[in-house]
Amino acid sequence: MSPLPPAPVEAAGYAEPDPRDPPAEDGVERRDAGGIRLVGVTRRYGDVVAVERVDLAVGRGRRLAVVGPSGCGKSTLLGMISGLDEPDEGVVDVLGATGPAGRLARCALMPQRDLLLPWRSALANAAVSLENRGVSRREARAAVRPLFARFGLAGFEDHQPRQLSGGMRQRVAFLRTFVAGKDVLLLDEPFGALDAITRAEAQDWLRAALDAEPRTVVLVTHDVEEALLLGHEVVVLAARPGRVTARVPVDLPAAGSRRDLIATDAFVRLRATVLAALEPPSPAPADPGRS
Amino acid sequence: MTPPSGRGPDVRGPDVRGRDLRGLRRWLPPAVVLAVILAGWELATAVGGVEDYILPAPSAVARALVDRWDSTLASATRVTLTEVVAGFAVAVGAGLLIACGLHFSRTARAALYPWLIGSQTVPVVVVAPVLAIIFGYSLTPKLILVALLCFFPIVVATLDGLATVDDDLRRMMRTLYGTRWSIFWRVELPAALPSLFTGLRLSAAYASTAAVFGEYSGSSDGLGHVMRQAVPQLQSALVFAAIFLLSAMSVALFVLVTVLERALVGWAHEGKRTHP
Repeated sequence: MSPLPPAPVEAAGYAEPDPRDPPAEDGVERRDAGGIRLVGVTRRYGDVVAVERVDLAVGRGRRLAVVGPSGCGKSTLLGMISGLDEPDEGVVDVLGATGPAGRLARCALMPQRDLLLPWRSALANAAVSLENRGVSRREARAAVRPLFARFGLAGFEDHQPRQLSGGMRQRVAFLRTFVAGKDVLLLDEPFGALDAITRAEAQDWLRAALDAEPRTVVLVTHDVEEALLLGHEVVVLAARPGRVTARVPVDLPAAGSRRDLIATDAFVRLRATVLAALEPPSPAPADPGRS
Repeated sequence: MTPPSGRGPDVRGPDVRGRDLRGLRRWLPPAVVLAVILAGWELATAVGGVEDYILPAPSAVARALVDRWDSTLASATRVTLTEVVAGFAVAVGAGLLIACGLHFSRTARAALYPWLIGSQTVPVVVVAPVLAIIFGYSLTPKLILVALLCFFPIVVATLDGLATVDDDLRRMMRTLYGTRWSIFWRVELPAALPSLFTGLRLSAAYASTAAVFGEYSGSSDGLGHVMRQAVPQLQSALVFAAIFLLSAMSVALFVLVTVLERALVGWAHEGKRTHP
């Protein structure tokens, strides 16, 4: 626990400016309706630079997908946005909060593995954040129960996690994240542990769920198609040190199934762009402005 | 605590029918072994003409058990059982408290853990007479002895269990309004239960041994006291009867722990074979 300066915790109105906010610079939009903003963020582990001078901006209610090879510091970025970790340099602003406690109060993290508690039913797992907030067990479960149908999990409320398929477990894990009611969802390779077929299904499902219940989302993945399907913008990171090498706005029709979307010319072009940006740079120093 | 409320509806349909048969298959072989051993023993003492004070026949032991129950064994069993159960309870309470304390405080862990391990290098046989000198023939020295021997496996197992929780899980819970306390209560403690029960089962096996050590070193009643008096009088059948009662006590404690484990952490054993 970091006993850092008191930051606005809980839903106390997200707009109060933090006095520690540095003045705006380098063209990144200031306070764009309270989204997420990273300015010059650097994080080291010993001598290893995990993330170097990363600038990111996500508007409120928008979805940003971060792709990159393993070791490019994707998860490190999420850790810093969530307030679980602090950057060594730079500023992380989440809906106006720059202190770790304030960021933590605004973000919910969904890790790659579902990490469901094996001694709790699916329903009790999904309700855990409410119990953490002091809601009684019975009320928490009653509040979450109706959501199961909305998230395509009807009938699985009382199943134990081990009785669920990988895709179902991941849905429950997302529901658990969603139930926390945070404005910002941080998804760390949410479907990385699923097989290709289940993953395609899960991507379709998540896209529909997020279209129905818009949140500010930062999705980290190494799957380019997943990034394009779920993100409004795709940011490409290079590895060692993690740096932004490309920003690709995604302009695809909102509706349409995954299969149809993937076949469109626009999607194919976008995928080619992102894949090109992902290619390791030539031995010469990488040029940062290739997009 | 979040109840791992048993198994819920039994999803292993075909197994239900086979349960009686499986129970039989599980208990029959050891029962047969026991019967063979007892029969061989009885036969050896009868045919071989072994003196009764050297090796009493099982029938003689059974007779001693019945004949001496009212006069000697009943009260001795009550005394020893009290020592075992109360000592075990103290060990569980102290063990859990210490484990949680060490889990929450890094400083406490660094300062106390080496001494905890050090405490186990002191041979109990040596401590028992010292405790008898300090506390006399009362219940207290036996309680201390049982607790001393039993708490260590509980502490180590619980501490291990609490530490097994995935750090990613802790981090995720923190973003879901998880405080240190709620993470402990909803995640770490339930996750530590299987390990805790392993420690409890180990301890359960030690408890009666420790009680007898305590009684050997100074007591006026109890199964250890009965044995200490019966050995010089060459009442071997009585000694064996006391041993039988002590074993039965250990087994009962062990079974009790196992039943509790089944009820509390059924989730950990689903689809896994456990030792009975």
